[in-house]
Amino acid sequence: MTYSTLLIAVLIALGGAYLLGRNRARTLSSQGIKMHSLATHYGALVALWTTLPPLLILLLWALLEPRVIDLILTAQLPDSIRAGGEAEIRLALSKVYNLANDSDLMGQQGLLGPVAEHLQALQARVTLLRGGVIMSLLLLGGALTWRRIQPDLRARSEVEGIVRILLFASSAIAVLTTLGILASVLFESILFFQKVPVTEFLFGTSWSPQVALRADQSGSSGSFGAVPLFTGTLLISAIAMAIAVPVGLMAAIYLSEYATPRVRQLAKPALEVLAGIPTVVYGFFAALTVAPVIRGLGESMGLEVSSESALAAGLVMGIMIIPFVSSLSDDVINAVPQSLRDGSYGLGATRSETIRQVVIPAALPGIVGAVMLAVSRAIGETMIVAMAAGLAANLTANPLDSVTTVTVQIVTLLVGDQEFDSPKTLAAFALGLVLFVVTLALNYVALKIVQKYREQYD
Amino acid sequence: MSIIENHETVGTPFCSNPKLSARDVGVFYGDKQAIFDVSLDIGSNEVIALIGPSGCGKSTFLRSLNRMNDTIDICRVTGEILLDGENIYDPKVDVVPLRATVGMVFQKPNPFPKSIYDNISYGPRIHGLASSRVDLDEIVERSLQRAGLWTEVKDRLHSPGTGLSGGQQQRLCIARTIAVEPEVILMDEPCSALDPIATAKIEELIDELRENYTIAIVTHSMQQAARVSQRTAYFHLGQLIEVNNTDMVFTTPEHQLTEAYITGRFG
Amino acid sequence: MTDSAMSTRAKVEKSMKKRRAAESRFRTYGLLSVLFGVLCLVVLFGNIFSKGFSAFSQTVLTTTIHLDTDYLGVTATSDPQELRNADYEGLIKQYLKDTYEPSGRRERRDLYGMVSVGAAWQLQDMVLENPSLLGQTIHINMTMDDDVDQWFKHDRGTANEALRFSEQQLVWLHDWVDSGALHGRFNTIFFTNGDSREPELAGIRGAITGTFLTLLVTFLLSFPIGVSAAIYLEEFAPKNRLTEIVEININNLAAVPSITFGLLGLAIFINIFGVSRSTPLVGGLVLTLMTLPTIIISGRAAIKAVPPSIREAALGLGASKMQVVFHHVLPLALPGMLTGTIIGMAQALGETAPLLMIGMIAFVVDVPGFINDPSTVLPVQIFLWSDSPERAFTERTSGAIMVLLGFLILMNTAAVMLRRRLERRW
Repeated sequence: MTYSTLLIAVLIALGGAYLLGRNRARTLSSQGIKMHSLATHYGALVALWTTLPPLLILLLWALLEPRVIDLILTAQLPDSIRAGGEAEIRLALSKVYNLANDSDLMGQQGLLGPVAEHLQALQARVTLLRGGVIMSLLLLGGALTWRRIQPDLRARSEVEGIVRILLFASSAIAVLTTLGILASVLFESILFFQKVPVTEFLFGTSWSPQVALRADQSGSSGSFGAVPLFTGTLLISAIAMAIAVPVGLMAAIYLSEYATPRVRQLAKPALEVLAGIPTVVYGFFAALTVAPVIRGLGESMGLEVSSESALAAGLVMGIMIIPFVSSLSDDVINAVPQSLRDGSYGLGATRSETIRQVVIPAALPGIVGAVMLAVSRAIGETMIVAMAAGLAANLTANPLDSVTTVTVQIVTLLVGDQEFDSPKTLAAFALGLVLFVVTLALNYVALKIVQKYREQYD
Repeated sequence: MSIIENHETVGTPFCSNPKLSARDVGVFYGDKQAIFDVSLDIGSNEVIALIGPSGCGKSTFLRSLNRMNDTIDICRVTGEILLDGENIYDPKVDVVPLRATVGMVFQKPNPFPKSIYDNISYGPRIHGLASSRVDLDEIVERSLQRAGLWTEVKDRLHSPGTGLSGGQQQRLCIARTIAVEPEVILMDEPCSALDPIATAKIEELIDELRENYTIAIVTHSMQQAARVSQRTAYFHLGQLIEVNNTDMVFTTPEHQLTEAYITGRFG
Repeated sequence: MTDSAMSTRAKVEKSMKKRRAAESRFRTYGLLSVLFGVLCLVVLFGNIFSKGFSAFSQTVLTTTIHLDTDYLGVTATSDPQELRNADYEGLIKQYLKDTYEPSGRRERRDLYGMVSVGAAWQLQDMVLENPSLLGQTIHINMTMDDDVDQWFKHDRGTANEALRFSEQQLVWLHDWVDSGALHGRFNTIFFTNGDSREPELAGIRGAITGTFLTLLVTFLLSFPIGVSAAIYLEEFAPKNRLTEIVEININNLAAVPSITFGLLGLAIFINIFGVSRSTPLVGGLVLTLMTLPTIIISGRAAIKAVPPSIREAALGLGASKMQVVFHHVLPLALPGMLTGTIIGMAQALGETAPLLMIGMIAFVVDVPGFINDPSTVLPVQIFLWSDSPERAFTERTSGAIMVLLGFLILMNTAAVMLRRRLERRW
């Protein structure tokens, strides 16, 4: 039985088990026996014990099955292939799978023919076994729990205990995600740093990850000095911040301190729409509209502008971040108590004096936190730079030049055909590690600052 | 306790040397009227106490005297309030010089999150009152001295004002207000957040300040009104019921509502 | 005293001119900032709409063509396989040659090139659907090549037209326009086809289906998990260090760059767990992890907003904590949780970067049918097309963006309406 059939079977069993358990409890109580819990609790208990174990086993099975089959098949591959190393074994295995799954190809008996036939037989057996195991677990769980239904069975507490565990497991997924990200980037990064020294990666100034196809070609090693990527990322983020911070902050100030309710009602949603536009749309806008305009402007002034200038990507990224800065600043500014404003107005200060000399200094920690979150966002932004910034790893501070960023390189290295364990692929994970650590640190500090700031005025 | 129709304020709401004169002042929050036809003079260099039960509009009236109510969008004021004979609600009048002339101290001490020095020098600096750093230092010292805070803080002028105790903070706020050299100081229950000792200090200070300033103080405490003021105005549900010399109000009130209030029948 | 007081007022009055100027300057900066933001929005939308609007029409040539049974070698009674394999492309070429009499190979090639290869498939579809058409002369709106399409929409009568077309081609084109045979029609192909290398045949159906399947997986996983996690953290979690770590973790995760979720998907879901690449399943898994923080945070806010009095009342009646939560708190908090989920799904809908990592960037012609079929999603389709040099693809990219924005507006409107209803009730 296929996975989807099994899943449907489990779902049906869920309903059936619930009804069975509930009815048994009802029968008992209709005989005048005092039950510990409501009939529905017994139903839920039977349903949980019937379906949870098979679901868990099914999940594990799905994870392990391909691995085990691969192992069995590898053992049967001809020695000539097995001697060829990891890459060749993988290639052969995928050929075997193609052979086994495509009836048209099955006729072409080759070196791998017997293995493919074996795979077909194996798949049939495994599917049968899987179906058998799951079905028997369903029956077993249902029957055992059904028999346990007695007046003194504390069904409610047991159900609640299980539900509590499920609830906890859901919230643990968030932590597992963080660990998962960390593990995935860390593991591959360690492999990478075995091939390329950490110091070269962090401090080297030349980045050309294009590894030659064959080991004997010249320049086969590639070079992995990531400094140009870091500076490129910083350059574009700095341009974005130079736009987003003043504009976002002033817009927030205007909307919260000056604007009439009507203007606020119109302008706020407009800025929110700006925040909801997918980054791929900004990327398209940057690459096809803004970059040519900037290039044209620059050339009319006699400047040499790259068609993938850092300025175009940074500018559009800045626009994208404006609503982010303004909504965070808006929260922060509104948290400044009215009594401080009153104190300033009471002394005869004008609005702008009050804002500049009392409100902003009072809100400064919150604003700093907001800006840090915005920086983290700019550093991690991918689509705008992938579409509008270049691939050339130039070490430059000229915003009219083309630069590349950490995220662009991750995309470039991982999109398309990848060879596992090549430094090129692993480099992407090392960059991912840097990105993750830097943004996580920024977010952590920023959120702490904002939290402290809020407590101050609570 | 319903609103009295066509009432007349009893006692002596007017005086011969008014600094501020309110005439038929009404205050509205949206459609709701909070103050009804209040006419009252505040004489030069006197301390006038505004008393009355909670929600009677005494704070609202006080805030309309230097147009602090402007900061509330839905608030509207009718009638006129004359400062030295000039209507402060005239469209030509700018609130900035008005508030520099009529300063305000609030219920809760609200020092800015800056140093003590910067708190005091804030007003003079924005108004351009000091011509030099030395000048500014002098203003800061003088203001703190007048507020009776100098000896307590002179060694830590550059530590944050929020680090002071509640009573000190309130005196800092008073010092901040007098640093601008206003002519009138409005105080909105300045002692309600303070302990008795700090309250006594502030009351002493108010008495000293009377020499140079006209002071209107809203207070919840009748004892305080009796201690610091020369005249007392009693508000009830947005109406000004009675104005008289403080002694008279507390010994022989003319209006029955005033009497009911000071004898503690409601409050 | 009076002297000095007077001078205060005078000094303040003296400073006013400068301060009023500073005030209005500051105010203007604020207003300009807001206007800048709004202007960006208008320019962005205007730009996309002006470029993309024409994607919704397709230029066709209305002609009559004789379905010559002799040429095609099939009749109405032939079996479907034979009908499918007949040479419709040849028939169209034959028809074009006979009608317009091009002289020489070059002109012939120019003429054939103006009609899309899709025209032959149109004929094939018509015949397969109704074999009795064979032998008759039928009306057909032949889909034209993207060059003709762009000429008709943008370049007609401009100096640019000579760049792409020969003189003879232009004579034909203008004749067609003058006779009304060449005209624009609603571009159904854009909505019914999958991706294609030919711009005039490329559509977003595959991408939309892929998006739908991916979001379905995302929703089915993230909504129950997110709601459960919110319930646990808000109602059951003990206030200890562990809970605090989970909370900090979730807040941080909401701000982690989306691309790192793609790295996780690649390294863990694909390489360790062996989920197949490029499928809505793996895309949905990645987007689930990405949207979970949003859903959990909004879910907790919704639970917090339920007045404690309701909990206390139910507890007072002897309900267990679990019963209180599931019978009383959850139903009241559900609309708020749904609002957060819709917002999270809208984010997932626009997300591109992590999906590139897990291979959803593949060129997929077929419309995916199940969560395990290779597919792409709308934003990735936009990314792919934006890279194509053809002008017709730029137009389609903008068109696809308009569709994407349409979906987003729909979802956000739903969220706003849900929130409004919620506010009314409380």
